[in-house]
Amino acid sequence: MKILIIGATSAIAKATARIYAERKHELFLIARNEARLNDLAADLDVRGAQIVGHSVVDLTKHRDHGKAIEGAFSVLDSVDVALICHGSLPDQAASEINFKLAEKEINTNGLSVISLLTILSQKFKAQGSGTIAVITSVAGDRGRQPNFVYGAAKSMVSTYLQGMRGKLLSYKVHVVDIRPGLVDSPMTAHIKKGLLWSSPEKIAGKIVRSIAARKHTVYAPGYWRGIMFVVRLIPEFIFKRLKF
Amino acid sequence: MEVYGWGRFPKASAALLEPVDSESLIKILTAKKKIGSMIARGAGRSYGDSALSENLISSRFLDSFLSLDQESATIRCGAGVSLDSILKVCIPRGWFLPVLPGTKFVSVGGAIAADIHGKNHHQDGSFCDHVAEFTLVLASGEKVTCSPQQNTELFHATCGGMGLTGIILDATIKCERVSSVSVRQRSLVANTLSECMELLDTNADSKYSVAWLDCLASGDRLGRSIIYLAQHDGNSDTTKEPKYKNRRGPTVPFDTPTFLINKFTMGLFNSAYFNLKKKGPRQSTAHYDAYFFPLDHIGNWNRLYGAGGFLQYQFVLPSGAALEGISQVLSKVSGAGKGSFLSVLKKFGKANANLLSFPQPGYTLTLDFKREKSLFPLLDGLDEIVLAHGGRIYLAKDARMSESVFKAGYPAWEKFLEIKTRVDPTGVFSSLQSKRIGLT
Repeated sequence: MKILIIGATSAIAKATARIYAERKHELFLIARNEARLNDLAADLDVRGAQIVGHSVVDLTKHRDHGKAIEGAFSVLDSVDVALICHGSLPDQAASEINFKLAEKEINTNGLSVISLLTILSQKFKAQGSGTIAVITSVAGDRGRQPNFVYGAAKSMVSTYLQGMRGKLLSYKVHVVDIRPGLVDSPMTAHIKKGLLWSSPEKIAGKIVRSIAARKHTVYAPGYWRGIMFVVRLIPEFIFKRLKF
Repeated sequence: MEVYGWGRFPKASAALLEPVDSESLIKILTAKKKIGSMIARGAGRSYGDSALSENLISSRFLDSFLSLDQESATIRCGAGVSLDSILKVCIPRGWFLPVLPGTKFVSVGGAIAADIHGKNHHQDGSFCDHVAEFTLVLASGEKVTCSPQQNTELFHATCGGMGLTGIILDATIKCERVSSVSVRQRSLVANTLSECMELLDTNADSKYSVAWLDCLASGDRLGRSIIYLAQHDGNSDTTKEPKYKNRRGPTVPFDTPTFLINKFTMGLFNSAYFNLKKKGPRQSTAHYDAYFFPLDHIGNWNRLYGAGGFLQYQFVLPSGAALEGISQVLSKVSGAGKGSFLSVLKKFGKANANLLSFPQPGYTLTLDFKREKSLFPLLDGLDEIVLAHGGRIYLAKDARMSESVFKAGYPAWEKFLEIKTRVDPTGVFSSLQSKRIGLT
């Protein structure tokens, strides 16, 4: 398979790329930090990836997206799977009172993804095959007090994907929305971990399986589907008083 | 957070720091605000308190491969890469790791820090004998390349140095080309300890050799054992690509209630195992994973000894004194009615130049014990026997030996301390173990 990974140096992307590398797939990686991207490319090469092309792109700059994706398609020729993984974890308290900050976070976690999806969906339509998979979050399922800036951006992407899935159906292009729960990665290094936390490797395994099985909306690990079902059921007059 | 080693004793509270690359690691070391003592932590597979300190520098995210050289069969990787990951990469190429311990889940950094050994020590030495070089980050934040040719002193202090000289960032490991990853296994029965030692000695041409011992047998059955010898399978089908295999078995779901682990159940287990294996087939072919890592097949096997944890006691005695010393240890253990599922005897080959490496020529015995109050006086007694016969105790397994026992067993400790003080003058790197045994 030919796989394009955007935001490839994030912990979940890295773990996913390693699984694909071990299965000797062809990978193209896009990320911002050149040194880390080079390291990842070398790592995947040792693990067995066939050809590893990569390019350094700052994904918050939407105008660079077109060129980046064109570049990947020209190296890979065709793309079987495009996986979008980049994101950041906002400081909720700070971005609540500072719109500049909120805008930046919503741009990184929401708008930049939609910009990429706009371009990718055109390319995949023309190709008439393939899977577009995006990592969103359980945070997008309902706006909660501790992370609604992040949640709003992620839910924007999830809603967009739902519509796009239908639009691309007749072009035989499949769309997967992957919603991880709490992931123990460098992005969450400052948070105290409990029972519900999972490793990036565990999430990665689920991503690979869901893409292969052409799932629509995937909770990773699966028990988050149950948790978020309950969270969505809570009546608003109670929910508004919950601080979790 | 609460942390502990594989033996689940002792438990300590520590802050966990997880650098993602050399930059973030150096930042931790050179930060203006001092955070206190620290020690590198890999997979957490040392048994006692070697990787416990106020701050733990986890190698979890230093888990990348850096390069692979087809010609020399070497692999360069981050300190947090597990031996399992290396096997996954090298087996399809017809390579194998030259030294494998009883578990594939140890990290490369940990393997170097403990200079681990395997069932082929008598032929191939220990892990660090196959390390071409490594990058060490010192307390000052300076990166140093160490190899047998470069910064030699620091290399020999860091190999087996239990993380006390600095933090290993990455390492280059020399792999071995093998005819097959399957092994042909032969087993022999010994009815006494001297017979067992003799069989290990006369079969030293076998690449892998190890003996399982019934540690609760006493009297004229003392030391009755099954000796396992193995070679890589020579006449396997070379047209097939060798396959990495990850067997998944059951996981121990909860701690065994401790009252179930007593001298009767242990005695029963040991006799049953001995008699079963005595009647079993003498020759078989096994996949490497089943041969080298039988316990990895059982998830969380460390819970078998109950919630209080367990201690593993491993010592080595020089060949001349081994029969007498090990007999004394076994009588003392079976006399006290304490014992384990797994007692392993192995013949070591030559020692290397590493200052604190455990292996030395002779025989090494490993025993597991459920942790209980009455165990500690027994182990103190075993220490005396070990020292009286010129032996030493393995640091990677230890959770309780005294400073004097350590210093008597490792005469190069002074030289080690001199080098450690030179590269870590303020004593940033220390573990609960290093403080206990007077190294920091």
